[in-house]
Amino acid sequence: MAQGAVAVDTQYDYDIVKKFAIAALFWGVLGMTAGTYIAAELAFPFLNFDMAEISFGRLRPGHTSMVIFGFGGNALFATSYYVVQRTSQARLWNGGLANFTFWGWQAALAIGVIGYLNGITDGKEYAEFPWYVDILIAVVWVAYFLVFVQTLRRRSQPHIYVANWFYLAFILATAILHIFRNLAVPVGLFHPESYSVYAGVQDAMVQWWYGHNAVGFFLTAAFLGMMYYFVPKQAGRPIYSYRLSIIHFWALSFMYMWVGGHHLHWTALPDWTSSLAAAFSIMLLMPSWGGMINGIMTLSGAWEKLRTDPIMLFLITALSFYGMSTFEGPMMSLKSVNALSHYTDWTVGHVHSGALGWVAMISFGSFYHLIPRLWDTRMWSTSLIYVHFWLATIGIVLYIAAMWVSGIGQGLMLRAFDDYGNLAYTFIETVQFMHWPLVVRMLGGMFFVSGILVMCFNVAMTIRAAKQEQAALQGAMAAKVARAGA
Amino acid sequence: MFEWLSQMENTKPLALVIFFVTFVGIVIYVFSGKKRAKRLESYKNIPFLDDDKPASQQDPKVADKDQDNG
Repeated sequence: MAQGAVAVDTQYDYDIVKKFAIAALFWGVLGMTAGTYIAAELAFPFLNFDMAEISFGRLRPGHTSMVIFGFGGNALFATSYYVVQRTSQARLWNGGLANFTFWGWQAALAIGVIGYLNGITDGKEYAEFPWYVDILIAVVWVAYFLVFVQTLRRRSQPHIYVANWFYLAFILATAILHIFRNLAVPVGLFHPESYSVYAGVQDAMVQWWYGHNAVGFFLTAAFLGMMYYFVPKQAGRPIYSYRLSIIHFWALSFMYMWVGGHHLHWTALPDWTSSLAAAFSIMLLMPSWGGMINGIMTLSGAWEKLRTDPIMLFLITALSFYGMSTFEGPMMSLKSVNALSHYTDWTVGHVHSGALGWVAMISFGSFYHLIPRLWDTRMWSTSLIYVHFWLATIGIVLYIAAMWVSGIGQGLMLRAFDDYGNLAYTFIETVQFMHWPLVVRMLGGMFFVSGILVMCFNVAMTIRAAKQEQAALQGAMAAKVARAGA
Repeated sequence: MFEWLSQMENTKPLALVIFFVTFVGIVIYVFSGKKRAKRLESYKNIPFLDDDKPASQQDPKVADKDQDNG
């Protein structure tokens, strides 16, 4: 096995994929730990310790940036660089530029997150980085686009495999979203503050056009690219329907851009705009479920793999959560449901069923497939993959169930009136009601963090074993050469 | 013509018609024609064409390249 992989390793650039994979786990641990800590702060506020740097307001953007751009972003760089090479059967174009995307991306994250802890933020959800970090990200992103497209142009295959379409849509859409959301005039060359070019309701509209399409193209389309490669590879059989994957791609691309307005129901945004967004949100259910069915049906005739292959468990569970959250999302975009759910923990639960259930689980499954191939070995412990799977799954279920209880309860209490038309509950009564669900949510987070720590240990031992195998192989070859010489 | 296009009342429904017709066109293209269906479905095997074999043993081209060009 080792000898075979030497040739593959020289054909493809695996070093850059390895770096991004390790970085994804590094930021994943940091980001998920930060998330669990702020969850604990909400249940037990004394954990703020009166320190501004670790208060909820500063740690929360750190958490979201580290998990979305640190864990998710690095996982996407890693898998896209791997998938584009393997499906094009071509080496990555310009290794130096690819390396620049790695160090540039890590620098942007580190500068941005350290800034948050010191109170430097643009205050726009998921786009909190200050203007100088935004510029660095834009430069990195152009380099990423060049590396990806030029590698595609070098392909040995006449056809571009559908996973690459999803990755390319993610790269292009993210560029547009990032640039237009962050258009701003800096206060000065040495000031982190800037004035956004948007104001009022236009700013809100641009914010949720950005925010929801970040979900659509960064957290959905790109991870679907991951799914369309790693699910068939792990299952050992091709995707159920290639034509359905084409329709899945174009339907998502046509529809996603319209749905951001559903975040602004019952606000100053014109009513027709948010109604249109809700209509497109409902329509999105069809391609989303089409894609989910396409992925799950890939296992058709080989369901026994779910009993024997923990990696397959990760991938299929991820698709199940994808289906669940893409049903819940359109339902929550209905104005009547939104009137109850908005500004409550239900939204937080919905986001995490997508982020943990879909994004993180598909990434974990893909990494368990990818890492042994990168280091030309096998995973150190299959049992620990099972342990990780159950820790993660229990964590997600605890998390989202707690947030349903907290959010729906909170929404109902805030809308309840007594016989005289007065509010039935005070705000503080809703906060008291939410305490135990918030404690359970914190426990769910702890389960999930424990899972990724188990994964990191398993990956570290795998890499260590691979290095020992390589050293032993090289020693044996050197001895053979010495014997032949004598 | 340019003036007509500069009015949002005109360009919005025009964009809707263009997007809708394009999407319907894609659906018809993808699901019509037995030969095309066979060719499109053959692309699903691309991830398996270099299954962890040494580079020297790999077939560099997808099996149905000729069909694609045709």
